[in-house]
Amino acid sequence: MAYYRSTILVSMDPICIEKGALQIKEQIIEELKLQNILDEVQILDTPRIGDPETEGPDILVYPEGSHYIALTPESIHPLVVEHFIKGRELQQYAAKMRDLMDEEVRAPKEKEVRVILENIGVIDPRNIEDYIAVDGYAALAKVLTGMTPEGVIQTVIDSKLRGRGGAGFPAGLKWKFAHQAPGSPKYMVCNADEGDPGAFMNRKVLEGDPHSVIEGMAIGAYAVGSNQGYVYCRAEYPIAVSTLNIAIKQAKEYGLLGKNILGTDFSFDLEVRMGAGAFVCGEETALIASIEGSRGEPRVRPPFPATKGLWGKPTNINNVETYANVPKIIHRGLDWYTSLGSEKSKGTKTFALAGDVAHTGLIEVPFGMTLREIIFDIGGGIKDGKGYKAVQTGGPMGGCLPTKYLDLEVDYETLGAAGSIMGSGGMVVMDEDTCMVDIARFFMEFTQEESCGKCVPCRVGTRRILEILERICAGEGIPEDIPMLRSLCDEIKQDSLCGLGQGAPNPVVSTLEHFLDEYEAHIYEKRCPAKVCRNLITYNITENCTGCTVCARNCPVNAITGERKQLHVIDQDACIRCGICFQVCNFDAVEVN
Amino acid sequence: MPTINSIEDLKRLREEARKIKDMRDQTGKTQIVVGMGTIGIAAGARETLKEILTFIEENRLPDIILRQTGNLGLDGMDPIVKVTLPDKEEIAYCKVNTDIARRIMQEHVVDGNVLTEHLVKE
Repeated sequence: MAYYRSTILVSMDPICIEKGALQIKEQIIEELKLQNILDEVQILDTPRIGDPETEGPDILVYPEGSHYIALTPESIHPLVVEHFIKGRELQQYAAKMRDLMDEEVRAPKEKEVRVILENIGVIDPRNIEDYIAVDGYAALAKVLTGMTPEGVIQTVIDSKLRGRGGAGFPAGLKWKFAHQAPGSPKYMVCNADEGDPGAFMNRKVLEGDPHSVIEGMAIGAYAVGSNQGYVYCRAEYPIAVSTLNIAIKQAKEYGLLGKNILGTDFSFDLEVRMGAGAFVCGEETALIASIEGSRGEPRVRPPFPATKGLWGKPTNINNVETYANVPKIIHRGLDWYTSLGSEKSKGTKTFALAGDVAHTGLIEVPFGMTLREIIFDIGGGIKDGKGYKAVQTGGPMGGCLPTKYLDLEVDYETLGAAGSIMGSGGMVVMDEDTCMVDIARFFMEFTQEESCGKCVPCRVGTRRILEILERICAGEGIPEDIPMLRSLCDEIKQDSLCGLGQGAPNPVVSTLEHFLDEYEAHIYEKRCPAKVCRNLITYNITENCTGCTVCARNCPVNAITGERKQLHVIDQDACIRCGICFQVCNFDAVEVN
Repeated sequence: MPTINSIEDLKRLREEARKIKDMRDQTGKTQIVVGMGTIGIAAGARETLKEILTFIEENRLPDIILRQTGNLGLDGMDPIVKVTLPDKEEIAYCKVNTDIARRIMQEHVVDGNVLTEHLVKE
């Protein structure tokens, strides 16, 4: 391995690739070759540097830290000559110096504890030696040379590691069941079908630290007695899939996957299977069906996958983050791991903060931190100084938690007791301008669309709920809607086959409980308190109007009339409530009611 | 491509990988700057730079930032190499050919003794 005087990071963000980042990289290599300095400069791919929309394709050059943006094929020759031959920054393409942290994974805030994310952005995910340099595969070596499968299982049980996919089932117990189940071969499966809107924890782990997942799976395979594993990753994550494939290939070349790992008689092989974008395939039985090549539909449990899983054989399924925890637990020991977290939930959890919070992005905190600390201390509070209304945890099947839960110490139990779920760790923050009925409708729209249609309660029930919510938002709600929603929710929850149906009513149940007044305002007063639902609001022009005619000129349906320098009027019958007049008015003369 | 057949193999590779990673991280404190203006290059700064690179690589020196810069305004003295050890003053050498570059690396950067000849005199 050579020493380089300079390193070029090429942004391989999907948008940059679309704008020609691959060609730019090729051209840089060509040009460096032409100048005969290719061996002095290292070229690496990186997920994202600046804003790909306005600055892509862009590169970052170290050690200077020069950020070159909006590169074109013509720019490469002068860039290489100026920067690498003459050692001057090429001003024409250089961006202003600024903080260039990956906006999805920002620098850890004070209260964060990074375990799963600690290597991301620190090591090169496409180079196994970087992972080895940070004690990678040391845990696997320890397990293979000094621990029995039972010992590994007991360690994981004692660590109280719980499934990070959402249900929170103790991972060690799951391994124990698969270990004890009769039958051979046994399979290890990694669930990387991360489908919750706004959630990207697993993607970042696979893109930034894929070997931690591979190592975790190999340790699990040794414990369970499996020689074959599959990572089921959604096809919408092409970079994660390619990083993972490179990692698997390198692990095989180094003898860390395949036959007789580390000179022992343990063998384990790993393959990637891609999903075709069905949300329900994150459910373990549907996922198994999909790997087998069948339609991704869940089936009745029991039998659980631990006894009858992939191709009818004992199968252990865990989430990406669960596996990524395992090497750390083994390597650093139980005392360290169990010192993190709350009493019942140990370790840390990654969350994707999204919505109306000042700093969106990926964070990692120990269990037991309060929602207030997460949203206000780490997330920086609500955007634009607005008020907090609710946070929705756990993806589209989670509940909305209002202000009174802000001091809730987040772990699996407390969230469940509050009517929400941990889920895979999505956290959507909503400000005071959010209509909770509209939010419930939005999530219902998602689950209704993603329902696989196998069982009636989920297929028909989610559709009926959505229809009622749409009616309420349109101002056509009737008093009977509320009890009807409640009974539908109960039945869907009880009677659905899998977690999707059982969780689908959660947003409706929790908003009905905490924000009933908003439902009532929509139904009885035909009013949307948050001024979101179009059919329930009107725009009016007040005395502040100076008659500047801006609103009238911008109205797409010509619903505004009025003479220059006279008060303007909106024709309510013609108005489509698009809100443009509200936005363009410079005198705050348009009000929403 | 090393195949890892035992824990010892893994440990060896880990030590090796750590060194390389430390070099690349460039969090180090020793700075070496080579003047690479047109005249510097004409005077052989490229060869000097390459020699320094080779030396770092051969000796697996960690914690070194090697940079290039433009014309330093002392055309008659090119190639110019400036060395700054941690917490020390910057030392500028002139007319650094590949042999002198090696001596600077060994005697100044590794052993910590400033060379008395080839200094840029103000």
